[in-house]
Amino acid sequence: MDLTFSAEERAFEQEVRDYITESLTPEMKRATALTPSVFSDPDIGMAWQRALHKKGWGAPGWPVEHGGPDWTPAQRWIFEAECARAGVPNVNVMGVKMVGPVIIGFGSPEQQNFYLPRILSGEDYWCQGYSEPGSGSDLSSLKTRAVRDGDDYVINGTKIWTTHAHHANRMFALVRTSDGERQQDGISFILIDMKTPGITTRPILTIGGDHEVNQVFFDDVRVPVANRVGEEGKGWTYGKYLLEFERGSGIASAKLREALKTITDLAGSEVTGRAIEDPDIAIRMSEVEVDIDALEMTELRVLSALQTGQNPGAVSSLIKLRVSEIRQAVTRLGVDVIGQDGLAVEPARPFYRLNHEPAIPEELLPVVPEYLNGRAYTIFGGSSEIQRDIIAKMVLGL
Amino acid sequence: MDLTLSDEQRLLRDSADRFVAETFNADHRKKAASDPLGYSPAIWKQFAELGWLALPIAEAHGGLGGGAIEIGLLMEAFGRGLVSEPFLSTVVIGAALVAECGTEAQQQAILPRIAEGALTLAFAHSERAARFDLGHVDTTATKTADGWRLNGSKIAVLDGAAARQIIVSARVTNANGASGKLGLFLAPKGTPGITTRDYARLGGGRGCNLDLKDVQLPADARLGDGQDALAAIEIVIDRAMAALGAEAVGIMQTLLDTTLEYTKIRKQFGRPLSANQVIRHRLADVAMQVDEARSMALRAALMANAEPVARGRAASGAKAKIGKCARFVAEQAVQLHGAMGVTEELDIGAYFKRLLAFDTLFGGSAHHYRRHAALSGRVQA
Repeated sequence: MDLTFSAEERAFEQEVRDYITESLTPEMKRATALTPSVFSDPDIGMAWQRALHKKGWGAPGWPVEHGGPDWTPAQRWIFEAECARAGVPNVNVMGVKMVGPVIIGFGSPEQQNFYLPRILSGEDYWCQGYSEPGSGSDLSSLKTRAVRDGDDYVINGTKIWTTHAHHANRMFALVRTSDGERQQDGISFILIDMKTPGITTRPILTIGGDHEVNQVFFDDVRVPVANRVGEEGKGWTYGKYLLEFERGSGIASAKLREALKTITDLAGSEVTGRAIEDPDIAIRMSEVEVDIDALEMTELRVLSALQTGQNPGAVSSLIKLRVSEIRQAVTRLGVDVIGQDGLAVEPARPFYRLNHEPAIPEELLPVVPEYLNGRAYTIFGGSSEIQRDIIAKMVLGL
Repeated sequence: MDLTLSDEQRLLRDSADRFVAETFNADHRKKAASDPLGYSPAIWKQFAELGWLALPIAEAHGGLGGGAIEIGLLMEAFGRGLVSEPFLSTVVIGAALVAECGTEAQQQAILPRIAEGALTLAFAHSERAARFDLGHVDTTATKTADGWRLNGSKIAVLDGAAARQIIVSARVTNANGASGKLGLFLAPKGTPGITTRDYARLGGGRGCNLDLKDVQLPADARLGDGQDALAAIEIVIDRAMAALGAEAVGIMQTLLDTTLEYTKIRKQFGRPLSANQVIRHRLADVAMQVDEARSMALRAALMANAEPVARGRAASGAKAKIGKCARFVAEQAVQLHGAMGVTEELDIGAYFKRLLAFDTLFGGSAHHYRRHAALSGRVQA
């Protein structure tokens, strides 16, 4: 047992570091640091996706025949850790990490040939049509209906909390194609062109002041049956497969460590009047850091199991729960560190392209919005309460 | 990067789990609790035969050359059975202090005897005024014509009753009383001037407080060649905390398993307790904290040989975090057992008390978060 990486893995780490240094522009880095929402805006995010794609690193998790780099789990770890350390843009995951694996796993060859290259290159920008106003945690109660009419489905209904729907040209959605015995039956997984007539998008501002999510309305929207992924009525299975990806197959500890470092640096600087001199703040930083250490070890235990071909077990819910709680702890600490400068609300966006001098130092701008937006971490992707239900059932066998 | 167990490690874990399950049941614990020695010499002999006492000792000194991971595997199994044999005192702390500080001749004389089960040790270091500061030692050792004279008081000496020799830390003072380096002195049990007040330790095993009044020791009683012992004590206690963390994980896992079982069987309002969401969520939190503790104990073991700051941060981080998790897990296990949980009729209480003892040993969570912050340069030490 050891925590050290092999010489080849170290060489790979250096290669990743070098490539990031070469291709991450100061503009991208600054924009990322000053973005208080989950994902970077597409101009920044897609610029980074293109840079990764150029190197063949556009989709680390994909199989090699679809353009994946054929990395070992350790290489993926190293890549994610280096990206976090460097502060690269947070590319919207809906394409590469969410719909991509579903199309790879369940899509037709035609769908794979058409969509996958466009995800890799950043030509397509995806959003996820899952939640509905009446279907949050109880997702499978969804009511948006797709009725077969010749070679089309005609879709009516509404989706909500749709991240970056206002930027996306495509949506993957769960829609009801029939009423089964169980509410999970009769759901289909469908790919929708956002320019199709009958689709309208309404912005929803989050409490941090950001426009990241939307409500999307479907009014007799005609989508070719050929856009359905896999079998009709099996969409719940595909959608759940994808949620597993959303729930913690990712590597979060490195990013959390960087987020804590940002707050620690602020606390040590004159810009917060050296908040770290308050021992309560200093000790809370250690508490959060230790929580990140524990999470990192859990992630490494999963990684190690994957490396040796073992099944890591139902830990993804466990990890999702901890990641969301620790993220919130970091943002809470941030608010306490900046003190009364947190009172200054800056409504304009993006912070990295303001047309005026903000009232407080630029680096303090995202702190309160990050905390406020961050309340969603324990809600989206299955709320913490749902995660605890899953742990009780799947991990504890209750 | 590989966190999977080797074949040898798997064998060790399996044999430890088996031995503990067969030997350390509730009946055994009841007997051990009233034993003034606090442990069974017959079982200790079996530990020696299984090679466990030789585990971390260097091969040159009759040992197996194992490390913190192997110690952790044993300690986790010990936790499951609430083993009260003086393994931590003798092997994890005692042998390690001798290996870190002793001269080659001292190591040759002491370590093989530990490995073969012939020698038990205890470490008398903590003092009431020091609280958890490892560098605060008021006990003095004064050089005399033919050796050393020790004076002072020690508390929380683990397994003092079981020890044939006690390693006593003392501030070496010169003739005019000025204090100097920290020294470690081997005092055989029964040395005149040592008074012990022995007690049954919270959660099992024995402990004692001891007073040293003009204790005369020979010149070669001091471990090593006169170097200051604080750095070695810090290494050894950091590793001991990693080992204790693994033991705590074994205890917590047992409490989780037992509580899960109980909530499935116990029926109220016509259905099992575990059918209630409030109970299920609580158990999910318990499981999560057990898993976090597991990760932290493993991390501390993997960092046991790192440079001092990284090692200390890992050890204190683990001690603080596992302590916090342990208190939560223990308190919830009692809570979910209802009134039965606060009786001596179930095992739950014994496990609860061992975790409470764990949290305070070598400093509680608050102390170790503070040490972590100090080692990270965030607060003054």
